Amino acid sequence: MAQPATKQPVSGLSEASRRSPIARPPDAWQGAFERAFRWTACGLAAGVVLLLAGVVFEVVRRAGGSMGKLGFAFLTDSVWDANGDRFGILPSIVGTLYTSALALLIGGGLGVTTAIVLSQGFLPRRAELVMKNVIELLAAIPSVVYGLWGIYVLIPALRPIADLLHEKLGFLPLFSTKLSGPGILPASLVLSIMILPTVTAIAREGMVAVPRRLAAAAYGLGATRWEVIFRVILPTARGGIFGALVLGFGRALGETMALAMLVGNTNRFGWSLLSPGNTLSALLANHFPEAGEVEVGALMCAALVLLLITLAVNALGSLIMRRARRGLTGLG
Amino acid sequence: MEGLSQGPRAEASFRLRLGDRRTFADRALTLIAIGLGVSALLPLFSVLYMLVVRGSPLLSLELLTELTPGAGMESGGIGNAILGTVVVVMLAAGMSLPLGLFAAIYLAEYGEDSGLSVVVRFAGKVLSGMPSILAGVFAYAIAVSALGSFSAFAGGVALAILIVPTVMLTAEEALRLVPSKMKQAALGMGATRAQMVTKVLIPTAMPGILTGVMLALSRAAGETAPLLLTALFSDYWFDGKLGEPIASLAVLIYNFSGSPFEYQVNLAWAASLVLVALVLLFNVLAQVVTRRPEEH
Repeated sequence: MAQPATKQPVSGLSEASRRSPIARPPDAWQGAFERAFRWTACGLAAGVVLLLAGVVFEVVRRAGGSMGKLGFAFLTDSVWDANGDRFGILPSIVGTLYTSALALLIGGGLGVTTAIVLSQGFLPRRAELVMKNVIELLAAIPSVVYGLWGIYVLIPALRPIADLLHEKLGFLPLFSTKLSGPGILPASLVLSIMILPTVTAIAREGMVAVPRRLAAAAYGLGATRWEVIFRVILPTARGGIFGALVLGFGRALGETMALAMLVGNTNRFGWSLLSPGNTLSALLANHFPEAGEVEVGALMCAALVLLLITLAVNALGSLIMRRARRGLTGLG
Repeated sequence: MEGLSQGPRAEASFRLRLGDRRTFADRALTLIAIGLGVSALLPLFSVLYMLVVRGSPLLSLELLTELTPGAGMESGGIGNAILGTVVVVMLAAGMSLPLGLFAAIYLAEYGEDSGLSVVVRFAGKVLSGMPSILAGVFAYAIAVSALGSFSAFAGGVALAILIVPTVMLTAEEALRLVPSKMKQAALGMGATRAQMVTKVLIPTAMPGILTGVMLALSRAAGETAPLLLTALFSDYWFDGKLGEPIASLAVLIYNFSGSPFEYQVNLAWAASLVLVALVLLFNVLAQVVTRRPEEH
């Protein structure tokens, strides 16, 4: 009963507004466009999720096919022999973790120091921004160019130092072999350069987020700049810094070309920094282009292991970052 | 006031003396930190310096227009690799930009905090943290195995996977920076949501969106590992067939880096110089197009 009564004036209004060039309800075409646009956006957003699901599904499916044939020996064997159909990735797993840990030690330390320099007023604000952008350029240089630089600049430069270390400190397992060219040390050094921008950017963000009044209070009590940094800034920003290190580690784990060119591609693991080794990503890059069917199956398994390791590390990093952000609210 | 400035002891205690242990530690740590910060920049300058020194002698028109040389040849260029990189990146852009941009519009405008947008954002973060070689492995699995050959198309798929998350996350951020006043004004004037998005939101956020797109494309142009598994390499010009292997600057650098022939190694340096120049140009352009609001 009420419906026709209320409808009357509304349709009358729309009758009037249809004639007006200024205000009128959307016509049929505009309504269709509206709906099509919303559904396209929604569908393509779902497409991004499907993309990730597709990547994971495809790698798992291909790996699963040959996992049964390879058996558990795949994870514990250290021979990769395509002709003999023996595939083991233990040295690559250990090599991936070893090079990334070394890179984290060097690049992480340098990155956090750089973040301190760029956030605690050591430089004029303009210089700070310029240096921050220059550090970001480090990340823009393609990894294959770092590989080329490593082969022709870094390794020749390291050779005399490495020979000296081997001569004087050869009794330590770390320096027990001679540097024959590519090896763990040059690979880790280049890796550390490549993760430095990531660590610097995220750690700096964490330090900048520390409320200024905390530092001001410490200065007011007579603390020197480094006392403020060590006792106020770093403890308060520790969540962000730790997250930066974990995410940098995740980056190092997946980095491919610099390692494929510099690590030596030798399926043997030794503690010596000067010996060649292998990593999962380098294994994939070096073997995929010429692999036969059985080897491709084994490589898919290696890809799955790499996927699982990086997913776990990145998830941990994001979790730490989220907790760090929550921890800072309320301090400001 | 009078009392404070009277005694000599009080005055001295406000001066920093290097003999004081705390002052000394402070200055020493400052020196060390700045030293380390500068040393972090050394590799960048070394890389750029070497690129110019070893790459520039070969720069010429022939370098940019001739085919890559075979083993032992003393002439030739990187023309097919430059064209190949452009083709593969364009292909990847064609596949990834609609996906990334529409997903960003959904996240910023339609999704709000719905369940789907939480999942989409999560997927974007996971994809952007995934090692690039795994994108190559995936493209190998679906395009190379299925079609039976390494191909430009497979290379485009691999790079597209790497572009999507970057474009989506940066475009969402850019769209969110548009003041809600402007959106409400458009809606208040009677615009439909789609009209508001296409006529107000996107044009306003365009600089930020472009920055993300340029950064993503320039990073894709330098990606090597995924192309090694998908596009491989070709010593010939791209002839319009997407189902065949194609050359690229990145793979050229990798292939020639270990070459026993001096000329090929020199070409690898020249190709690196061209690639880095392109990437840095895109990066600088991207930074010129927008300045982030925090830095105003």
